[in-house]
Amino acid sequence: MPTKTALISDDLRITYGELQRRVEALATLLQIRGVAQGDRVALYLENSIEFAVAVHAALLIGAVFVPISPQTKSDKLNYMLGDTRAKVLLTDARLNPVWRSVVTNASSITACIAVGAPSDDDTAFPWPIPDSNDARCSQTPPTTADDLAAIIYTSGTTGVPKGVMLTHLNMCSAWNSVQSYLQLREDDVIGLALSPSFSYGLYHLLMGLGLGATLVLERSAAFPQKIVERLARERVTVFPGVPTLFSSILWLSNLASFDLSGLRIVTNAAAALPEAHVQRIREVLPNAQLFSMYGMTECKRISYLPPEQLKFRPGSIGRGMPGQEHWLIDADGRRLANGATGELVVRGKHVMRGYWEKPLATAERLKPDSVSGEPVLHTGDIFRSDDEGWLYFVARSDDIIKSRGEKVAPREVENAIYAIPSVRDCAVIGVPDEHWGEAVKAFVTLREGAQLTEREVIRHCLARLESYMAPKFVEFVVDLPRTDSGKVRKLDLR
Amino acid sequence: MTDLKRELRRYVEDNFVMGADGIGFSDADSFMGLYILDSTGFLEVITHLEERYGIQVEDEEMIPENLDSLDNLAAFVDTKRRSLKATGRGA
Repeated sequence: MPTKTALISDDLRITYGELQRRVEALATLLQIRGVAQGDRVALYLENSIEFAVAVHAALLIGAVFVPISPQTKSDKLNYMLGDTRAKVLLTDARLNPVWRSVVTNASSITACIAVGAPSDDDTAFPWPIPDSNDARCSQTPPTTADDLAAIIYTSGTTGVPKGVMLTHLNMCSAWNSVQSYLQLREDDVIGLALSPSFSYGLYHLLMGLGLGATLVLERSAAFPQKIVERLARERVTVFPGVPTLFSSILWLSNLASFDLSGLRIVTNAAAALPEAHVQRIREVLPNAQLFSMYGMTECKRISYLPPEQLKFRPGSIGRGMPGQEHWLIDADGRRLANGATGELVVRGKHVMRGYWEKPLATAERLKPDSVSGEPVLHTGDIFRSDDEGWLYFVARSDDIIKSRGEKVAPREVENAIYAIPSVRDCAVIGVPDEHWGEAVKAFVTLREGAQLTEREVIRHCLARLESYMAPKFVEFVVDLPRTDSGKVRKLDLR
Repeated sequence: MTDLKRELRRYVEDNFVMGADGIGFSDADSFMGLYILDSTGFLEVITHLEERYGIQVEDEEMIPENLDSLDNLAAFVDTKRRSLKATGRGA
């Protein structure tokens, strides 16, 4: 096993033995910099070998890892470091313009460790290189199932991100449930073009390495041609994707020139896969089983559609997964029988402990079950079920937008647009989108005499927000519809 | 070519490099490597190239060698424009 390839990234290949040495070297440095059990360690890193090393180093010493997408801009990074009172920031020197001032001001941060940092850098320590003479990290007391393993941020309706607290039990339970139907194997080669900063990509990384499989990491999904080249060259067997990623790959004009016959499992999550994509996957990847899945950061996964069911009920997300119970409720919280429409409620050991230091937000999502009294997850997602319990997504119960599978708070996008001087007013909603599930649409009114184009608004947002939050459409209007009290009537914009 | 590169630099700086997080980049630096552009950003750039320079970016051309630095962008646009002129289809 130590000689088996664990990770491939660009031209780099590292074995499990090398991975372990790197994990121990980083864990040791984290301890030297004062990280103790339960302390938060922020991972502001791209999809890279260092990300995999960082997750396992934090877990090795009982720390709590906080993945933060490298697309995150400095205001939000500042908020997340302050909110979690992270002790160490693990990052990349190339992101220095974003984190430098943040780290200097963050009172909790005792050290920043950056890939590519020069040894004379005054704000960051260089990433450690394993050395056979290194002192090994000291043993920490064993973690218990209820200790926190990770805090993963998700958008909240108020526009302030919420940290989802996941215990070791939560994460292992989700892992077991997913593995029970996906059946990943030690001899799998998993092609990961999704960001491990989010739950979907993260679990493929954790499960793949946990099983002793090989992971092929793509730094970015920007160049589909390169992704396909690598899928063929490395004989990738498992490929998790989202509709946008599949769109960019499946219709490449030279796709037929690549041998993708190694693929045995293809998974989709984040948004429903359009029928045309399903057809195309069957055509070009006849050997692959296609799993359509649904979940949320608060419990990782909720449901999957068995591949053989896809042709009978293409729009369904399945009827749950092993290791959990779920049901639909009406507006009064009463359980509904099959064949009804209501909010999906989930119970299981994979359900989060709550939102980090946000008891009110936690109470809105984790409510005591009317029968057992134990907290169950109210997803905020409205589903319809048929007579056999197959679930079909209907809508969100709040105004959160699900763009490319990530939650987007309209408030956060509106705040960014209000920073444009010529904007008088704006309102942001989600509109149905074949590839993104929902796309962000902004309605904007301009100050008198001001001029602005749709692309200017989009690019302004791209420079300030993670790209999945930027509007796909902007419509300029004379006035926004309002209630008597002056509140924007978003229903009238749909 | 120099004017073209200057124009493209201005476009990238104005649209993707935010004031506070202002990242300096050389003509040869990778946009992806410096986190200036992600997949959505590259799609924006392609839309801009097609609108501004009247060129058509094909699937096979969406590769880092054509798009992932100022040098690569300028050379790519230049080549595409030349071939448009040669076939008489260009603006």
